[in-house]
Amino acid sequence: MIEAELGRCVASFYPGANSVTGAAKLSGGASQETWTFDIVHPDGNVGAILRRAPPGYGAAPGRAAGLDAEATLMQLAHDAGLPSPKVMHVLTPDDGLGRGFIMARIEGETIARKILRDEEFATARPLLARQLGRVIAGIHGLPRDKLPQLRSMTATKEIEDLAREYHSFGWPRPVFELALRWLRDHDPGPSSEVTLVHGDFRHGNLIIGPDGVRAVLDWELAHFGDPMEDLGWICVNSWRFGEIDKPVGGFGTREDLFAGYAEAGRKADPDRVMFWEVMGTLRWGVMCCGMMQRFRAGPDHSMERAMIGRRASETEIDLLRLLAPRG
Amino acid sequence: MQDEPTTTELIKAVADFLRSEIAPAIKGHNAFKLRVGINALDLVTRQLALAEAADATEAARLKQLLGADGTLMELNRALSEKIASGEVDLNTPGLPEHLWQTTLDKLAVDQPNYASYKRELK
Repeated sequence: MIEAELGRCVASFYPGANSVTGAAKLSGGASQETWTFDIVHPDGNVGAILRRAPPGYGAAPGRAAGLDAEATLMQLAHDAGLPSPKVMHVLTPDDGLGRGFIMARIEGETIARKILRDEEFATARPLLARQLGRVIAGIHGLPRDKLPQLRSMTATKEIEDLAREYHSFGWPRPVFELALRWLRDHDPGPSSEVTLVHGDFRHGNLIIGPDGVRAVLDWELAHFGDPMEDLGWICVNSWRFGEIDKPVGGFGTREDLFAGYAEAGRKADPDRVMFWEVMGTLRWGVMCCGMMQRFRAGPDHSMERAMIGRRASETEIDLLRLLAPRG
Repeated sequence: MQDEPTTTELIKAVADFLRSEIAPAIKGHNAFKLRVGINALDLVTRQLALAEAADATEAARLKQLLGADGTLMELNRALSEKIASGEVDLNTPGLPEHLWQTTLDKLAVDQPNYASYKRELK
């Protein structure tokens, strides 16, 4: 049982603690898991989160930054005063828990439909776009010399990666071809400034409270690249959850997002942001197709994955709305 | 010839049973999975009702656009190659209309409640 190992682990870094309670798995694929638990302490229990690759899973696959890099990035963000949980402990081999880290648990909501509809968040919603603009600017400004090793991406490389992955499915999609062609024709070239890019800054990876954003999670796709990528990704229609007239996450305007970004001393380039929004829309579509492929190949032979394959057409209509709007 | 009831009637009866009798009694993650399952059955029902006619008109448009014959898969592959090479683009007569109609027909099956789709139907 994981609680025994976690108990031994917390005793090694948390003075006065030697056990945990209420451990429950929140999510997990084959190679990465997230657990919630409470550190038992005489002064009161402390909420914590374990993010790990279980023993036996080594290097991070493909695009992933790796759990050690994630821990470093979250701690840097925390130290810079950005909404990010404190990293309490980076796992060592002696912990017997695999690779990963333990961080403070931050209460709040990550489910988009609740954030966009529940009364509780009504005062936060109009403030979020500007607030997130400031947070993204803070991420882009993290001190370069302290950042871990990460892959470097450019628009050109991203287009070729998406094209390769889409073609590997062997299923023709004229709208995806149109988008790839448009992206190649409108590739803005290398960014004049290369920064840390979060890579997955959107609903699901943001903990929101009635007071606004409380934490940025899931740095798995962090890399060096064009900072406008993050601003474009959060505008992708797939993250608006029905509120299609509010481009930023279904709660705000691009103008507010850019204003917040400017307040933190950085300048948005609307044309580049739009380019990355098209790229992001195609990217989500390709990811939907990829999940369908994994459903077929197993081992995750779930209905959910199968049905996500039927959401690729959502990105096709969004691409047409962007590239070939009607009347 | 297979007998009645039709596949559509059978699937719809199962989906309606799951929706009205079982869903209210299930909690937690399984409730979410059940909803996904019911959505899948509803999708199959829509595809059985709509796909044949949509596929036929899609094939007719593709043959017209490409001036060639073949299966839907072959025609879509040929169109994809022509778009990739730049041989056809949004200025090609009939292409935007074809892509729009094909996409709307897919959404009618996949996600008729998707907000972008509902907006485009207005």
